[in-house]
Amino acid sequence: MKIAVCVKHVPEGHARLDPTSKRLDRTGEGALNHFDANAVEEALRLKGDSDSEVVVVSLGPERAADSLRKALAMGADRAVLVSDDAAAGSDLVATSAILAKALERENADLVLFGQQASDADGAVLWAAVAERLHRPVVSQAAELTLTDGSLRVKRQTEFGYDVIEAPLPAVVAVSDAINEPRYPSLKGIMGAKKKPFETLSLGDVGVDAAQAGDAGSKTEVLALGEPPSRGDARKIEDGGNAAQEIVDFLAEKRLV
Amino acid sequence: MSVLVFLEHHGGELQKGSLGVLGKAATLGDDVSAVLAGGDVRSLAAEAGKYGAKTVYVLEDDSLEPPTPQPRVDVLATLVQDKGFDAVLFGNSVLAADVAAGLAARLDAGLNWDLVDLSSDFVGKRPALQDSVLVDVGWRSTPRLALFRAGSFDPAESGGGEPAIEDVSVDFEEHSRGAKVVSQEAEQSSGPSIEDADVIVAGGRGLGAPENFTLAEELAKALGGAVGATRAVVDAGWYPYSAQIGQTGKVVSPKLYVALGISGAIQHKVGMQSSNVIVAINKDPNAPIFEFSDLGVVGDVHEIVPKLTELIQQRKT
Ligand SMILES: Cc1cc2nc3c(=O)[nH]c(=O)nc-3n(C[C@H](O)[C@H](O)[C@H](O)COP(=O)(O)OP(=O)(O)OC[C@H]3O[C@@H](n4cnc5c(N)ncnc54)[C@H](O)[C@@H]3O)c2cc1C
Ligand SMILES: Nc1ncnc2c1ncn2[C@@H]1O[C@H](COP(=O)(O)O)[C@@H](O)[C@H]1O
Repeated sequence: MKIAVCVKHVPEGHARLDPTSKRLDRTGEGALNHFDANAVEEALRLKGDSDSEVVVVSLGPERAADSLRKALAMGADRAVLVSDDAAAGSDLVATSAILAKALERENADLVLFGQQASDADGAVLWAAVAERLHRPVVSQAAELTLTDGSLRVKRQTEFGYDVIEAPLPAVVAVSDAINEPRYPSLKGIMGAKKKPFETLSLGDVGVDAAQAGDAGSKTEVLALGEPPSRGDARKIEDGGNAAQEIVDFLAEKRLV
Repeated sequence: MSVLVFLEHHGGELQKGSLGVLGKAATLGDDVSAVLAGGDVRSLAAEAGKYGAKTVYVLEDDSLEPPTPQPRVDVLATLVQDKGFDAVLFGNSVLAADVAAGLAARLDAGLNWDLVDLSSDFVGKRPALQDSVLVDVGWRSTPRLALFRAGSFDPAESGGGEPAIEDVSVDFEEHSRGAKVVSQEAEQSSGPSIEDADVIVAGGRGLGAPENFTLAEELAKALGGAVGATRAVVDAGWYPYSAQIGQTGKVVSPKLYVALGISGAIQHKVGMQSSNVIVAINKDPNAPIFEFSDLGVVGDVHEIVPKLTELIQQRKT
């Protein structure tokens, strides 16, 4: 069995938009989107001791290799990075088209996604990719089990919990509560350097530059503005006296 | 500009979120339609008229009652192709997000998500990057797909009359019928409702372990309040679903909201942002929750909360 996991390299710390390009500033340090660590962990759990293969797939700048290496260090077997200047600024339509092409080459039995990208907060990409792959999709999986040729997911909705089954091949997006991602061991980190790592251009995956990046996007950012502020927010560091400071604050607001 | 609104129903009722979006659509122009797919939906169509739908497209089919997104993509794609809608609007939900994104891919149509507003010339407002920036977004082609943040609009009846009801027939894609809901577990509410509480002490994964919820419970007791929780801890089985606050849980607006070890994800924020006073304790100085807290305390809940509970108890005696 083959499991593909889609992972994103996201800016670390406070993300910001570049005022000129109106795109996310990706010049600073980046890291593996922490929600995607849950998806990698789930793939490794499903693989267990079997000879299944776990391949991690990302679309992003060259530096996204760091995040793929982290996934390899956790235990994934192989990595595929689609990186191309012409892909920068891709929106949902363009990103899903590129990722779907990269995933078609893999033809995995199961494609896993994380719950959301911490920079985009879209929590939507899987459904677009599944549509392009013509595969069933289940999102928000809090529990996932596989039994010969099909999967079973328990997931939360606005009304309680649903149990959903789907035949493989399928696409599943996992919730951040599904597991506790492992930390890569030193041995894992060393071993990751020797694992197969492919870097592909848009041409390699068969996507026309006109379908990617800004050219292939159907949405645009028009302007950046300030959000309404919450008034005089205070922030303190606990120097041992925080409990008293909270009580004083609550007393001032007449809440105790 | 012809607009189609995706309506959601549950337990024989149209959902507030999608009715809010329908009401919004009615303020943008007159050419507003809605679509309903599911078991007993024809009887709900008239209701949609009151919120501004001139035409309601109905697909009554028991096999569509379970909330799987892909057959709904087929329904919407058929309607857009046959009727040429300029825009399709959705109120965010677990179901609607997957329908909207699937439709975007099917039609190669632009989707803007997490919108809190939309103008009649189709410029959307979207708070981005943990709400640190408010972005104006647009579309470069039609149909324009828009997914609104939960709770953006209160449903408002627009005094519309009986809508025209039209049946839709759809050829379903094979993959659309793959996922099947095999069981549904309704919420078990137990204990006092947190929606009416004046004070809520909510716990997240930062509490570290299920048994540490006693920290939240004791503080809540001292403050005379109720206990809330994030999805992460509810999904993990630390605390019951009935206490969950956020997009798929309860929407609360107490006088005081105390967040213990909660990161402040958007989906949590939409459930508690209208609380009068928000106090957050989190050990990560960059936690998004601090962006919307009146008092943010960078520190360890295990250190601070027991002392805080004790100090509050002392004040009372
Ligand atoms: C469709 C959808 C719907 C969703 N609906 C909801 C919803 O209704 N409600 C909801 O809450 N979420 C919802 N979510 C999930 C949401 O995105 C977050 O994943 C979730 O809110 C995170 O919960 P958390 O803050 O408990 O955990 P985490 O994000 O893991 O945060 C834990 C925090 O605790 C802090 N911490 C750790 N240890 C300590 C310590 N000792 N002392 C102090 N602080 C500490 C950490 O710094 C961290 O900030 C939804 C997501 C999706 C995609
Ligand atoms: N550029 C990318 N490359 C690979 N996977 C991605 C990328 N962006 C998002 N994802 C995956 O899609 C999920 C949802 O992302 P989003 O819809 O952008 O919030 C993430 O958790 C990842 O699993």
